[in-house]
Amino acid sequence: MANRRLVSLLSVQAGSKPGWPARLHVVTGKGGTGKTTVAAALALALASDGRRTLLTEVEGRQGIAQVFDTAPLPYQELRIASAPGGGEVRALAVDAEEALLEYLDLFYKLGRAGRALRRFGAIDFATTIAPGLRDVLLTGKVKEATTRTADGRRLYHAVVLDAPPTGRIARFLNVTAETARLAKMGPIKTQSEGVAAILRSPMTAVHVVTLLEEMPVQETADAVAELTALGIPIGKIIVNGTRPPVLAAGRISQAELRRGLAAAGLPTDRDTVAGLHGEAKAYLVRRRIEETLRGELAELGRPVVELPLLPEGVDRAGLATLAAALLAAG
Amino acid sequence: MLPDEAAYRLDVDAILADPGVRTVVCCGSGGVGKTTTAAALALRAAEQHGRRTVVLTIDPARRLAQSLGLVELDNSPRQVKGINGDLHAMMLDMKRTFDEVVLAHTDPRRAEEIFANPFYQAMSSTFSGTQEYMAMEKLGQLRSRDEWSLIVVDTPPSRSALDFLDAPARLARFLDGRMLRLLLAPARAGGRSMVNLVTASFGMFSKVVQRVIGAQLLSDLSGFVAALDSMFGGFRERAEQTYRILQDRETAFLVVAAPETDAVREAAYFARRLGEERMPLAGLVLNKVIEIEAPLSAEESLAGAAALAERGGHAATVDVLRVHAALVQQVVRQAAVIAEFRTAHPGVPMTSVAAQPSDIHDLDGLRTIGAALALPA
Repeated sequence: MANRRLVSLLSVQAGSKPGWPARLHVVTGKGGTGKTTVAAALALALASDGRRTLLTEVEGRQGIAQVFDTAPLPYQELRIASAPGGGEVRALAVDAEEALLEYLDLFYKLGRAGRALRRFGAIDFATTIAPGLRDVLLTGKVKEATTRTADGRRLYHAVVLDAPPTGRIARFLNVTAETARLAKMGPIKTQSEGVAAILRSPMTAVHVVTLLEEMPVQETADAVAELTALGIPIGKIIVNGTRPPVLAAGRISQAELRRGLAAAGLPTDRDTVAGLHGEAKAYLVRRRIEETLRGELAELGRPVVELPLLPEGVDRAGLATLAAALLAAG
Repeated sequence: MLPDEAAYRLDVDAILADPGVRTVVCCGSGGVGKTTTAAALALRAAEQHGRRTVVLTIDPARRLAQSLGLVELDNSPRQVKGINGDLHAMMLDMKRTFDEVVLAHTDPRRAEEIFANPFYQAMSSTFSGTQEYMAMEKLGQLRSRDEWSLIVVDTPPSRSALDFLDAPARLARFLDGRMLRLLLAPARAGGRSMVNLVTASFGMFSKVVQRVIGAQLLSDLSGFVAALDSMFGGFRERAEQTYRILQDRETAFLVVAAPETDAVREAAYFARRLGEERMPLAGLVLNKVIEIEAPLSAEESLAGAAALAERGGHAATVDVLRVHAALVQQVVRQAAVIAEFRTAHPGVPMTSVAAQPSDIHDLDGLRTIGAALALPA
C-alpha cells in the first residue's frame, strides 16, 4: 500500500533547515494576523542556500500575488522570488476545479473529455455538492507537490501552505480523514487516506500565527487543542507584529514628563503633556495585556517565535527581514 | 477630518432608528472586529431606539457570546440580560439548522432516512461551505417569523467574504445542475430521462464517476440526493427568497474593515460586489483606527528623544516620545490606506472607531463602541 512509500519519504528528512524539520509547513492563524505574509517569509527562509520551496494557497484569494505585488497567479508552479544563496521560491494558487481535472487526467487519461466534463457541469457538481471533496482535492494537490520527486530527488525542499484561518483549519485538515471514513473503498478512499497519513506524520507541521491580542491568542489555543486531538502535529506559534517593550519603569508622572520635554526643547503646554501622558498610559495597559497573553502562549508548550512589527508595511525588504527572523529563531 | 467628510459620514443612528430597515448585515474579512460591531449595533438599536432586536452570529469562536457576557448561545435567540431594552442573541448551530430545514420540508420517515445517510451526516456537520448556506437559511427564518423589528447579522468567517453572498445563488445553481438531474434520473424515470442528455462524453463520464467515486459512495450519494429530491423546490425557493431579502430596501449592508491594506482591499472588493448584485451598501465601518492625543509630529518627537538620549537622563520621557512617534507613523499609514479607499469608492459613507487598548468583554464596552459608531470623532 501507500505506507511503504510513506515510510521511504519520512526517512528523507535530510536537507531541512535547523528548527524547521517538517517538509510540509501549514501556516494558519486568525484573519488579520498576517498569516499569508508569514507563509511567504517562511517560504523565503527555507529556500535560502540554494534550496527550492513551493508557496501555495488554496482559498482563491490571490493573497500570495498581493504579498509579492505581482499579477494574479495561474494554476502553475512559477518562480515568484529568489532567495539568498541562489535559492528560489515558486508559488501556486491551487484551484479545486483544476486540481480535479488534473487528477482525473492523471488517473484516467481524459484529455479533451475533461473539458467536456466542465461544460457538462460535472466539475461544478463535484466541487459544490461536497465542499469536503473540494478540500480533499486541495490538500491532495499540496500533498502531491510535497512528495513529488524529479530524477529520484525531491523537487521541493519544503512546501509552505497558506492555509485557511484558525476557525476552519481543523475541519480543513481533517476533511481527508472524514472522507476516507465516508468512502469505504475506491480511489477517493486511497487518495484521502494518503493525504490524512501525511498530515499526521512528522513530515507535517502546522504553525499558528497570532498577534498579542486576546481573540487571536484564544483562537490559537483553540486550534492547537483541536489539531492535537486530531493527531495533527503542531509546529511553532508565530507571534507577528511585536514591538520591543519600552517604558520598563512603568508609570511616569506628568511633572516628570514635563521636565523631560523641557530638557528636550519640546513644547510643554497642557495638550502636549496630557496627550503624551494619555498615550503612555494606553501603551502600558496594552503592554500588560500583551505580557499576560505571552504567558498564555508559552503555556501551550510549543516553541514561540516572535516577529517584529514592520511600521512601513511589508514590502520585499520587509519579507526578507521576517525570513531572517524566522531562520534565526529555528 | 477633511472638509467634505461630514457629508459622507455614516449616520448609524439613522439606520438603527429607521423602522424601514429590518436587517443589518455586517460583512468584511476576518479580524476586523465584525462580531463586536454587530453586537454593539444590536445593543444600541435595542437600548437607544427601542427596537426588538436579534443579533445572529455564525462564529465558532464564540466571540459574540464573550462580548455579551453570555456563557453559551444556542440555535434559538436568547434574551440578553442586564440591558435597558429587548435584545436577543444567538449563535448558528449549523447541523441543527440543516436538520430543521430537512424536517420542515419532508415527512418524518423521509427525514429519518436522510439523517441516517452518512453523506448527510458529513455534509451537515463537517464540511465547510455548509455554514454559509445555513447562515442564509437562518436569516430567512428569522425574517419570515416577523417577530423581530431588527435583525443584525454577523457573517461567517469565510474563505472569502463573498461566500456569504454567493451561497444562495450557488445552492440554486447546484440544485438546478444537470449533473444532479443525471444522478437523479434513474430514480425518477427508470433512466429514460437521460436519453436526451446522453452524449459521447457522458457515456464515458458515467464510467469515470463510477470508478473515481466508487460504487458504495455513489449509492450513498444518490440515496442522499434522491431523499433530498422531495425538498428541492422548497430549498431553492428559500434560497431565492433569501437572496431577494438581501437585495430589498429593508436591508442595509455595512462593510467592516480595519485601516490595513488587506482589510481595506477586501472591503473595496465587497463594495464593488454589492453594487453589482444591486444590494444596498449603507456604508463602511472602520475599526481599530489609531488616534493620537499630543500635537507633536513623529520627526519632532524622535529628534527630541534622540537629543535627550544623548544628554542622558529622562529615560522615561525618551520612551514616551518613541511610543508617540510610532503611533504617528501608524496614523500616517492608516490615513494613506483610507484615502485610497476614498478615491476608489467616492461617496461611500464612513464611520470609525478608535483602537481600544483592550478587547471588549462586556455590555459597557459594547455601549462605548456603539456610541463611537454613532458619533465619529
